[in-house]
Amino acid sequence: MARMKFLCDAERCIECNACSTVCKNEHQVPWGMLRRRVVTLNDGDPEERSIAISCMHCTDAPCIAVCPVSCIYQTDTGIVLHDKDLCIGCGYCFYACPFGAPQFPKATNFGSRGDMDKCTFCAGGPEADNSEEEYLKYGRNRIAEGKLPLCAEVCSTRALLAGDGAIVADIYKERVVKRGYGSGAWGWSTAYYGPLMGE
Amino acid sequence: MLRKKSATTSVRRLSASLPLGQADGLDRRTFLRNSGVSAVAAGLMSGPLVTRRASAQNAQAPEPPQLKKTVCPYCAVGCSLWAEVENGVWIGQEPAFESPVNMGTHCAKGAAAREQAIGERRLKYPTKLVGGQWVRVSWEEAIEEIGDRLLSIREEMGPESVYWLGSAKFSNEMAYLCRKFAALWGTNNVDHQARICHSTTVSGVANMYGYGAMTNSFNDIHNAKSIFLLGGNPAEAHPVSMLHLLRAKENGAKLIVVDPRFTRTARHAHEYVRIRPGTDVAFMWGVLHHILENGWEDQEYLGRRVFGFDEVRREVQNYPPDVVEEITGIAAEQVERVARIISENRPGTLIWCMGLTQSHIGNSKTRAASTIQLALGNIGKVGGGANIFRGHDNVQGATDLGLMCHSLPAYYGLTEDAWRHWCRVWDLDYEWVKGRFASQDLMEGQGMPVSRWFDGVLEPAENIDQPNPVRGMIFWGHAPNSQTRNPDLVKGLNTLDTLVVIDPHPTLTAVLHDRTDGVYLLPATTTMEYSGSVTNSQRAVQWREKVVDPIFDAKNDYEIAYLLARKLGFADELFKHIGIEDGEPVAEDITREFNRGTWTIGYTGQSPERLKRHMANQDKFDTTTIRGVGPVEGEFYGLPWPSWGRPEMGHPGTHILYNTDLPVAEGGLPFRARWGVEHEGQNLLAEGSYTRGSELTDGYPEFTYAMLYKLGWNRELTEREQLIIAAIAAERFEHDMFDISEVAAKERLDEILASVRRPSGDVEQVPRSRSGQRKAAAATEIYERFDPEESGEDEEDSGSRDQQGSGGQDTGTADFGGGGERSAENELEGDFVDRLMKVNWKTDLSGGIQRVAIAHGCAPFGNGKARTVVWNFPDPVPVHREPLYTPRRDLVERYRTYDDRRDYRLPVLYWSIQQVDYTGEFPMSLTSGRLVEFEGGGDETRSNKWLAEFQQQMFAEVNPQDAVAAGVSNGEFIWVLTPEGSRVRVAALVTPRVGPGTVFMPFHFGGVYQGKNLADRYPPGTVPYVLGEACNTVSTYGYDVVTFMQESKATLCRIEKA
Repeated sequence: MARMKFLCDAERCIECNACSTVCKNEHQVPWGMLRRRVVTLNDGDPEERSIAISCMHCTDAPCIAVCPVSCIYQTDTGIVLHDKDLCIGCGYCFYACPFGAPQFPKATNFGSRGDMDKCTFCAGGPEADNSEEEYLKYGRNRIAEGKLPLCAEVCSTRALLAGDGAIVADIYKERVVKRGYGSGAWGWSTAYYGPLMGE
Repeated sequence: MLRKKSATTSVRRLSASLPLGQADGLDRRTFLRNSGVSAVAAGLMSGPLVTRRASAQNAQAPEPPQLKKTVCPYCAVGCSLWAEVENGVWIGQEPAFESPVNMGTHCAKGAAAREQAIGERRLKYPTKLVGGQWVRVSWEEAIEEIGDRLLSIREEMGPESVYWLGSAKFSNEMAYLCRKFAALWGTNNVDHQARICHSTTVSGVANMYGYGAMTNSFNDIHNAKSIFLLGGNPAEAHPVSMLHLLRAKENGAKLIVVDPRFTRTARHAHEYVRIRPGTDVAFMWGVLHHILENGWEDQEYLGRRVFGFDEVRREVQNYPPDVVEEITGIAAEQVERVARIISENRPGTLIWCMGLTQSHIGNSKTRAASTIQLALGNIGKVGGGANIFRGHDNVQGATDLGLMCHSLPAYYGLTEDAWRHWCRVWDLDYEWVKGRFASQDLMEGQGMPVSRWFDGVLEPAENIDQPNPVRGMIFWGHAPNSQTRNPDLVKGLNTLDTLVVIDPHPTLTAVLHDRTDGVYLLPATTTMEYSGSVTNSQRAVQWREKVVDPIFDAKNDYEIAYLLARKLGFADELFKHIGIEDGEPVAEDITREFNRGTWTIGYTGQSPERLKRHMANQDKFDTTTIRGVGPVEGEFYGLPWPSWGRPEMGHPGTHILYNTDLPVAEGGLPFRARWGVEHEGQNLLAEGSYTRGSELTDGYPEFTYAMLYKLGWNRELTEREQLIIAAIAAERFEHDMFDISEVAAKERLDEILASVRRPSGDVEQVPRSRSGQRKAAAATEIYERFDPEESGEDEEDSGSRDQQGSGGQDTGTADFGGGGERSAENELEGDFVDRLMKVNWKTDLSGGIQRVAIAHGCAPFGNGKARTVVWNFPDPVPVHREPLYTPRRDLVERYRTYDDRRDYRLPVLYWSIQQVDYTGEFPMSLTSGRLVEFEGGGDETRSNKWLAEFQQQMFAEVNPQDAVAAGVSNGEFIWVLTPEGSRVRVAALVTPRVGPGTVFMPFHFGGVYQGKNLADRYPPGTVPYVLGEACNTVSTYGYDVVTFMQESKATLCRIEKA
């Protein structure tokens, strides 16, 4: 069985925010909440790098481990989903998540912050696929429609890849080989003329 | 496709109270970083989400959503997208993977396109300002009142006192219609955004190569071995183009980015060059200096295809490495390295954007860039090209269709011949059209450009070359904050009698003034709510399908034009051959009309049917060559202009301009023979260079009937073509001749010839002219130099004042019918023959001259050399001139600007500004640019909630060194002040992205003016989600010497802690 993965190729990401925007447009994510965001490191510096981050649908997801009501679960294709009816909004998952993926609708502490929301890999939730209930709670279920997450489908430079991890890895591997230099994913040496061309 | 429910018909409401521009973090992305822990919006899934697809109770059997393909309404990349429509509501958008342009991808703006068409902050109904209050009015009332006011201005002050400001957001059809609208109103005071984005490109490049447009395509960049990017930031301005650029880079291309600011594009460069704003010519001549010094230029190419390069060589001698370093601030080694990279990695593409164009010497900058590409032999090559990325989605098309104050559609200019040509296409009496103008001089004189419309209001009447100042202003899809000198613009708005905004949003125009009356806002739809064609940067024309009916009380632009024309009394003329269905002009009819007149640039082959076929077969085009297979076999995607001849000729479009490796019939072209055949005794035609399969194997002038005649090719014209050519010469053209049968054409032709036959007995009394004698010899030798003393039939104009006199047209007596074989009693009147001989590839409405030329492998526009000396411009060879407000006073003497001048009906200042030293008070350089989420003045995009959330705060980028000196830390508010006395209060973003001494501001914000928030001035419910100071509140004076492009990239400023 395929395992679904995201991969963001930082050599290609231009921080155009298409992924974040299209996610909001597709799932009607309200102002102030982001299921996916683009993070830029060393902003304005020659070493600047951008990368799109969301729930990474971890193989051994820490959020699942810490959820006190066990509302987070993993599908047979490795997508990490949760049940908003069970969620108590405690925020443990947020503390456990290395990517800051879990989002909460209210900016208050404990209990009143509302049910957790996060990237679903465009795969909805526990309700019947493409049911109205599922849509209202989790947004559109593109996976059930035979489509991939929209963020990756529209990525302007094909930096963000989503799908079967094996295929994603193959695509990325091919790119790294083609680029032909060591650091691959990050390519630290390429911002300025020098090592690449000055040999 | 599985769909779970039917859509709601209600428009979604965003119930949360949204933070308007007060994000506490000031880094561009601060809120992003914080969002994980401090989400601010209201009820997560309970609010907006519910409304999107909440079940419609009345739905019986859920219908599957319809799919409509449209083209993204933002930038000129031209990304296709699928819209899902259910019960008339746009419910979702899906990627168009099959589009060869974007292959399914989008940037933030394209990803949020749907919101533009369904957004709740749009202007909802016609509104007028009464005693300072916005009042809803009906369409009838609004049109009636606006019409009466404009007619009374016309009555009192003449038609020139109303300014029709159109839009690069229009479809081609609407752009053409708007230009025609202004013509029939009787003014050339009409313009659009191209003036302030790429006018210097259009005039600069057209005056060198022949056409002022991107030469290759985004797709063709895949083939480039180097990418030289000057003054452009595609990662934010044209993000999807980066799909192609990065593909080239991964194929091994070297990427060079030249910019005062380390942009998001620069981060991907192999070589980032930090340049002092405004010094691009010096930098480029520095690069060329190295190329010439090392003999890296393509001498064979220069010899065969380029005119005047020796003068460039001489000029470039003035820019040795030390001088260039001194002017530009770029290390000499780096300039040399850049020269080496682009020389060793050919073919290479050179890309530029507003960093080059928006300058008082913008025309010189674009020409210097174009010259480098000629020196390297990169023009007309796969993987090469001068790839000018245009801005708005249809700025290329709107420029091509003449929505400009200095030309009729398709760059025909404003001469009498040009007017006569378009009157024939419009089927209107030339005298009637002339009568609409105050005078023939004004009809043939350039209007005022958008960059200075307010000077046309404010200058004393005696300073303006038209009867009265502007008193009525129509903003039809144009933001005010994209124009510089906003404080003067505000005065202009305040002084008008009548101000009309036709736009999906009220725009900043509605609130920037201090008026209490005389303002009308008409809600236009977005372009996704009507159909029409749109031309992207690579000249490819794409057809937009209408996605949904207009929402609220909005009407589409075609319908508004119809309503206004009816009220103003020229609807019958404007729509003479354009059908009206349900009160709405038919887009396809407008396309067909301009297909019939736009011969100069080959917008003639792109019939609506062909364009729709391309949209339906997007998957049949290769993503690098953009060549089609199957139903679109051999055609290039979007039939990039020129697509010669009539649509039925099936010309595939021209993917790469000036590529001689292909026959003209398959998209090949030489350089255009646009400036006659010789200049100061030197040959302007190509030498030994010609397109594949050309029967003429050397340079040749533009095709005229005379030339066909000399070559004996005129016999190949059909009867219909002969009829139309003869009818034009005899001034007896009638509209039904376009599609007349061969038999009927022959009859009509005989009729016309009979009417112009010389009375018998007259023959001997008319002495033959010199050229007549030459004609009589019937020499078919085409290398003979035609007399340049005769001026052309119509003077095509390329962006601005162009070439003077094209020469190249032969004149003289000859027989019609070929070969000089007719006997004396059949001689035709000399005048008629003169005119007949001058009918050319641009004025022949039959397309016959083009068809026959192409059948012989020749380009209708001739086979000339590109010229590097534009002798009709103030600086024939580009030279560096310091910005008007320069921080380098020591360079002013040597690189001084022009003396003050007059042009475009207005005085324009140069030296009187530059001579004053402001550097004491204003020591820093100020430049401006774009952000990915917003576009233009930002009225649309700041009203799009998905986009607005990502950029909530207007800011100025300040180097850490300067921040320390000013005592400002990141996120604090500062005042940015400029020499003309205005200031803006913005957040400081302290970053090494800008160099010491440079301040950068994005220009999409508006709604705060010199510290004052204008939110309460908007009509209720239309305030954009994000407001901010407009960068152009503090931009200063300065206009390109050729086109009146505004100087927005190089001025002076000072920062103070707020």
